[in-house]
Amino acid sequence: MTNISLESIEVVRGQPRPGAPDNWRRFFTFSTDHKVIGIQYIVTSFAFFLIGGTFSMIMRGELITPDADLVDRTVYNALFTMHGSIMLFMWTFPVLVGLGNYLVPLMIGARDMAFPRLNAASFWMIPVVGILMLASFLVPGGPSQSGWWAYPPVSLQNPTGNLLNGQVLWILAVAISGVSSIMGAVNFVTTIFRMRAPGMTWFRTPAFVWAVLGAQLIQLYGLPALTGGAVMLLLDITIGTSFFAPDRGGNPILYQHFFWFYSHPAVYVMILPVFGMYSEILPVHARKPLFGYRVIAASSILITVISGFVWVHHMFASATPGWMRMFFMVTTMLVAVPSGIKVFGWVATIWGGKIRFTTPMLFALGGISNWVFAGITGIFLGSVPIDIHVNNTYFVVGHFHYVLYGAIVMGIYAGIYHWFPKMTGRMYYEGLGKLHFILTYVGTALTFIPMHPLGLMGMPRRVASYDLEFAYWNVIASIGGFLLGMSTLPFILNMVSSWIRGEKVGNNPWRAYGLEWLTSSPPTVENFEETPIVISGPYSYGRNQPLVENTPNPGLTDFPESLTQQQPS
Amino acid sequence: MTAERAIAQDIEASVREHQEHDEAGNSKFGFIVFLLSESVIFLSFFAGYIVYKTTTPNWYPAGVTGLETREPLINTIVLVSSSFVIYVAERYLHDKKLWGFRLFLLATIAMGSYFLWGQAVEWRGLPFTYQSGLFGGTFFLLTGFHGLHVLTGILLQALMLGRSFIPGNYDNGFFGVEATSLFWHFVDVIWIVLYTLIYVWQ
Repeated sequence: MTNISLESIEVVRGQPRPGAPDNWRRFFTFSTDHKVIGIQYIVTSFAFFLIGGTFSMIMRGELITPDADLVDRTVYNALFTMHGSIMLFMWTFPVLVGLGNYLVPLMIGARDMAFPRLNAASFWMIPVVGILMLASFLVPGGPSQSGWWAYPPVSLQNPTGNLLNGQVLWILAVAISGVSSIMGAVNFVTTIFRMRAPGMTWFRTPAFVWAVLGAQLIQLYGLPALTGGAVMLLLDITIGTSFFAPDRGGNPILYQHFFWFYSHPAVYVMILPVFGMYSEILPVHARKPLFGYRVIAASSILITVISGFVWVHHMFASATPGWMRMFFMVTTMLVAVPSGIKVFGWVATIWGGKIRFTTPMLFALGGISNWVFAGITGIFLGSVPIDIHVNNTYFVVGHFHYVLYGAIVMGIYAGIYHWFPKMTGRMYYEGLGKLHFILTYVGTALTFIPMHPLGLMGMPRRVASYDLEFAYWNVIASIGGFLLGMSTLPFILNMVSSWIRGEKVGNNPWRAYGLEWLTSSPPTVENFEETPIVISGPYSYGRNQPLVENTPNPGLTDFPESLTQQQPS
Repeated sequence: MTAERAIAQDIEASVREHQEHDEAGNSKFGFIVFLLSESVIFLSFFAGYIVYKTTTPNWYPAGVTGLETREPLINTIVLVSSSFVIYVAERYLHDKKLWGFRLFLLATIAMGSYFLWGQAVEWRGLPFTYQSGLFGGTFFLLTGFHGLHVLTGILLQALMLGRSFIPGNYDNGFFGVEATSLFWHFVDVIWIVLYTLIYVWQ
């Protein structure tokens, strides 16, 4: 124990103060500060978001005409596989882990995560995963072409005969990403259970922390099942076992069970922290307490539980017996209950509030409206008769992109804008932020709404060419896709320029409740000068109730007239 | 707040004893969470095994009628008893009796190694391979994956044994030993389920 303490002191000595603008080099070190790691996660995964987005724009370029003329069909297969894998394993998961990493210790009044070095190790696996994924473009035969779910027997094909092929690299990348996620999940769960500040009972813990806990519990019970399936798939490809190979007596359906047992709950791993961010952002910008806070918090855990019993709805068309279809149809519909609770809570929160349409608020409201739409098409898909009809069509693609882009990516943007002043001490440019919002919202609608009629008309997913009757909606979707690509430009410009030259706005520019707003912006190495002692619940807007002992809440009753009002720090 | 002050605060914090106590508690909590998660890998393998065994028409490959159970049973008895032996070792360490701890930990290592050796002998004498259909594949997957865990446990125990020779190493707590012991119990429980599924249920 003494040895460890001495080491950790050395580590602290080696680190400059995080957030100091002249110390950008710390982001390239094996730092154990959760704030540095959080930003490392966010920036790295955003780079991969751009790569995955480039792939999707090549695909939309291919689909703007009915013929397969821009890229080869096998290249198209590789592109959609890599697009899906990178967007999920390299962007959505890590960026949310990054935001959680940055915010959870601050929100619960802890000095750091429970295991700082494990935290850094989890992060540094992410670039390795990305390099492995991209390296598969260089091996003979190119990357995996079996889609992000890698169903056998397609994924067992190895036409080049090389041991080192795209599919093997893909499995290795996913396995390393899995190790990183499990280590992260152990860290989050331990931190949230054991490191909350004195006085912070469960029902004084912010909704975001509840949501992160729910998401990370899913990682813990779900991810090992995918790992098990991936090990068996790898053995099938490399040493010739017969687990999933139908020609050798294996059972490919079992892989689908392993895969979806994790990968459907994984959707909730991604959406839950976003729900948490909505729950944090709406009260701040509507100046009202979060409506039904306890129920919203508990509904996150309810989603964690229910999501363990829904996976077969991806397999309604996989020779699934009737009783299973019925059971999983009912459980799938049940998820709408906790999700609906949250939406009602958010609507009631902004009802009659003093709403200011700042960029994070716009993104949050836009994301929630998209989520309602995506949730309703989700109910469609959970219903067996409709699912049999639209299975593997563009309706499914439109649905989950509305969830992932419409709700999750917009929620991530909302979170980044909302906590940008906390991370940097500076304010982003509101005008660029609003431009970014408009481009994103319109781009999302243009790209993904046309996919729904396409699917209902019967256009299958994962095709490089299509019949002429599908051309109209595809052209619109492609134009929307390029618009979405352009929408990242004002965001990048905004982030870079305001991080360097943005106006300094003090510690609490939003006049928000929450432990993270009581410390300096950016927070110091150990977050708080003294451990805060929590004496009341979160979101006390309009109640004028102090959050912690000995610290008056500065100016919380009114929203500032000017958003960038200077505040003595 | 300056960087120097942050460092000073950290030094002050790191010498506080309750902090250390807290960190050990965190580590133990985190390790148990990890083990629970790890058990899901085995659960998914077990679930796969049950599905395969109940749905495959010709479960045994040609020329195989079942598995020999006598040697594996001896192996099981050795592995399960070693769980008690490592518990005794932990008690000795708790009472600060280092030589008792070393002796019983060494006995655990010996018993674990005997298990691995018995497993290797069994593997060599089998009339089928991992390519012999689903029976061969699942048999080698389950026993092999479990065997890797046994090997990990033995390496951890050897590490803990080596560390006991660093003077004063276990004076302020011994989370590493507790974790190793927990891991060993975990490997044991998994083996009992595995033995029941593969050898008893034939």
